[in-house]
Amino acid sequence: MAPKKLGLKQRYAHMTRGLDWETTYQPMDAVFPYDTFEGIKIKDWSAWEDPFRLTMDSYWKFQAEKERKLYAVLDAFAQNNGQTGVSDGRYINVVKLFLTGVSPLEYQAHRGFAFTGRHLRGAGPRIACQMQSLDELRHLQTQIHTISHYNKFFDGIGEFPHMHDRVWYLSVPKSFFDDARAAGPFEFMIAIGFAFEYLLTNLLFVPFMSGAAYNGDMSTVTFGFSAQSDESRHMTLGIEVIKFLLEQHPDNLPIVQKWVDKWFWRGFRVLGLVAMMMDYMLPKKVMSWKEAWEIYFTEAGGSLFQDLERYGLKVPKYADVATEAAEHISHQNWAVFYQYSHAAAFHTWMPDKEHLDWLSEKYPNTFDKYYRPRWEMWAEMEKEGKRFYNPSLPQLCQVCQIPMAYTEPGDPTKIAFRCTEVAGETYHFCSDGCKDIFDAEPEKYIQSWLPVHQIFQGNCGGATVPDVLNWYRMNVGADNMDYVGSPDDRLWSEWHAAKTREAV
Amino acid sequence: MAQIASITLLHNDDARPIIEAILADNPGVRVLNMPGAVKLDCDDELVVNRASVEARLGRPWEPQEIQLVLISMAGNLDEDDDWFKLSWKH
Amino acid sequence: MSVQIKTIDLEPKRQTFGHIARRLGGDKPATRYQEATLDVQATANFHYKPLWEPEYWLYDTRKTAVVMEDWYKPLDPRQFYYGTYNIARANMQQAVDRNFAFVEERDLLGKAGEAVKARLISGLLPIRHLHWGSNMNMAEICQRGYGTAVTAPCIFSAADQLGMAQIVSRIGLVLDGQSGSSLDAAKEAWLTAPAWQGARRLIEDSFVERDWFRLFVAQTLGVNAVLLDLVYRHGEAAWGTAGLTVAMLTEFMADWRAEEGKWSDVVVKTVAAESPENLALVSQWAKEWIDRAEEAGRPLSVDLVGDESAATAAADAARTRARGLGLTL
Repeated sequence: MAPKKLGLKQRYAHMTRGLDWETTYQPMDAVFPYDTFEGIKIKDWSAWEDPFRLTMDSYWKFQAEKERKLYAVLDAFAQNNGQTGVSDGRYINVVKLFLTGVSPLEYQAHRGFAFTGRHLRGAGPRIACQMQSLDELRHLQTQIHTISHYNKFFDGIGEFPHMHDRVWYLSVPKSFFDDARAAGPFEFMIAIGFAFEYLLTNLLFVPFMSGAAYNGDMSTVTFGFSAQSDESRHMTLGIEVIKFLLEQHPDNLPIVQKWVDKWFWRGFRVLGLVAMMMDYMLPKKVMSWKEAWEIYFTEAGGSLFQDLERYGLKVPKYADVATEAAEHISHQNWAVFYQYSHAAAFHTWMPDKEHLDWLSEKYPNTFDKYYRPRWEMWAEMEKEGKRFYNPSLPQLCQVCQIPMAYTEPGDPTKIAFRCTEVAGETYHFCSDGCKDIFDAEPEKYIQSWLPVHQIFQGNCGGATVPDVLNWYRMNVGADNMDYVGSPDDRLWSEWHAAKTREAV
Repeated sequence: MAQIASITLLHNDDARPIIEAILADNPGVRVLNMPGAVKLDCDDELVVNRASVEARLGRPWEPQEIQLVLISMAGNLDEDDDWFKLSWKH
Repeated sequence: MSVQIKTIDLEPKRQTFGHIARRLGGDKPATRYQEATLDVQATANFHYKPLWEPEYWLYDTRKTAVVMEDWYKPLDPRQFYYGTYNIARANMQQAVDRNFAFVEERDLLGKAGEAVKARLISGLLPIRHLHWGSNMNMAEICQRGYGTAVTAPCIFSAADQLGMAQIVSRIGLVLDGQSGSSLDAAKEAWLTAPAWQGARRLIEDSFVERDWFRLFVAQTLGVNAVLLDLVYRHGEAAWGTAGLTVAMLTEFMADWRAEEGKWSDVVVKTVAAESPENLALVSQWAKEWIDRAEEAGRPLSVDLVGDESAATAAADAARTRARGLGLTL
């Protein structure tokens, strides 16, 4: 008699939570020392549902197949010099921003999910977290392998881990993830699993990946799509976590709401870098940041929070402020990077006429009124040989660490400043959102490693800008400054000219 | 307001039978073509049936195999031996 | 139509990343293993002390007593990065599936008789919990350890241990006609049978170990080299007529031990060789955990083969192995 084939659900139950036991030689609280201090109450870990129910054999099988396909594309891309086929040399700056700013976060996620994959008390979520830890390592490594080929030809990529630990704007994503990882395991799950992977991930990956697709970067598209199939599992984990916590005990609601508010705002601030990338750095535009925000936050987030309403969870605080800021944030960020291009490891440029017209069309309420005139003035100054660089060092927000260049909600002509005094010291913030986060945990955020403060304290290689850039391992004249006239630009022009000759 | 259950798949040969099965089994499904990908949206619920995919594929197919071509999704997932279902119903 | 570029030189400006070139001693082509591994963990300028362990930074060399000038010295001889790791395991898993199909088609376990089945349920199946505990330890070392060269293979190892726990579970499901009753019985044995209490106490004690490298030694030289080898290698006689069948169904474990052992040996050897202080610490830890594992394995050995010989043989082999790594026991 052939044995009856087990259903997926029963098979999974036998293969996973059945493995776990209550320890008796050591107290459970010693084995799991970190899952109580945050105040989250779990009555029944066995109520955890893991919808994907992957056993290791299936995991290995599917992931191996994905990897075989991906590396075949990467090899072909390198062999065919695919880098010469992207839309324009400017596009490579997107890749630079990604490897220096985003890939190290994948690594952080890998280690963070190893932490929750060991320290959450329920076997179901532990296994899901461990698989995510593996996936995040995959994402880091496939990104390095993809971008490694670009590094062979273009500047600004080669010192990505060193820069991520030091360079001023890279402290924005770095501090974001340090913040999540320094939190307890449940907050980490809400911060990264829910807020980042579920609520905001489409705003990170869809712009980068469709941007890559539109701009002929087939290797990045391939790793992106391949990574997204893992993201679907991660999103499922993220949504399951929040439901599980809210279903377990009503006392969890205010804690979870506070984390959702905080991590929405933290994530929104980090995504400002993506906003700038979409609106300014992609030679061929996919959609504007404002449009992406409408589709992926306002609409998709709308369905989600409608679903979560039954637990009493509300739309994150300041979601309205973020939506209003979607009209401004990319322009304000690009203005910062343009002024400080001498200290950034990617190139900037002033948009050409066609690009300006596109921005005017996409931002009818704000671009012509507040930003276009400034861009035209700076372009004029460039022509006159008076390219504008800001020689001072900017004040940074104590929480998000972005230079204080954002404007007041409702008044885009006025820079927003907030501050709080703690133990005789004044701390500065870019927004109410960041100030709220600080005020809730001042003892955490007074620790922030603020790049500008660190420069002034003499911890960054010296007192002058060249000293600091040297300490960043920035190859001055190649990694930084304008795209026009850069070695990247010269190389691209050579390739392009050769292509044109060949085609005739 | 109807909540949208949605799935985004790679637009390639491996995914084609799945896409066709979704189109056949989900009346009112809306299709958005993107470079290399296709997004399928349905009000409230979207289902991929094992039997429908197998009928088009001509070999046994497990719903878990969808992971090989999956890019994104929206809705609560219910996966079993015979289906892969996304839904906002409770 | 795309155009082939023939007229210009596409000579790369550089071969690899700066941090890799410095390690290779020059700008040379690097392997995917090297680029995916070396220096990818952050080392400086952390922002906040963890709420759950404020005495350390997230990545902190002080979380173990051994000291390395460079935690990227203990490299993985298998050169695993995620892709090569998963492809290797998918291939091993194919063999597992073939072996299970072979055994199930011929009902080899069913034909082995009730006594042998009962022996497997109480003597083999509970080891899935030891794998699960080992999974927790390797995840812990991955999260607490320092340097991707050591920590990345640890999450692979955690996945391996889970995979092996699931292979053992599949043996149980074959034994009990897919009802799960054998797994319930095996869990009861794990929790209460005297034969398994030494192993359970040892793994539970390892759960509270705070020094991650000490835990690495405990897991690889204690749990893997003594307890897993005791059951899979030195305890074979216990399965009687099903010996060959069990060997087929646990082929993965044998292959895995040979392969993973090469890596863990290099790690232990390299760290011990760093300094006399490291050597003393690692030797002391290895001695302690091999001794404890031998002690823990004695009742299991008696249960499986009738005397303590399997525990003694496994522990002696582990000591020989440790001495081969330069440790003084």
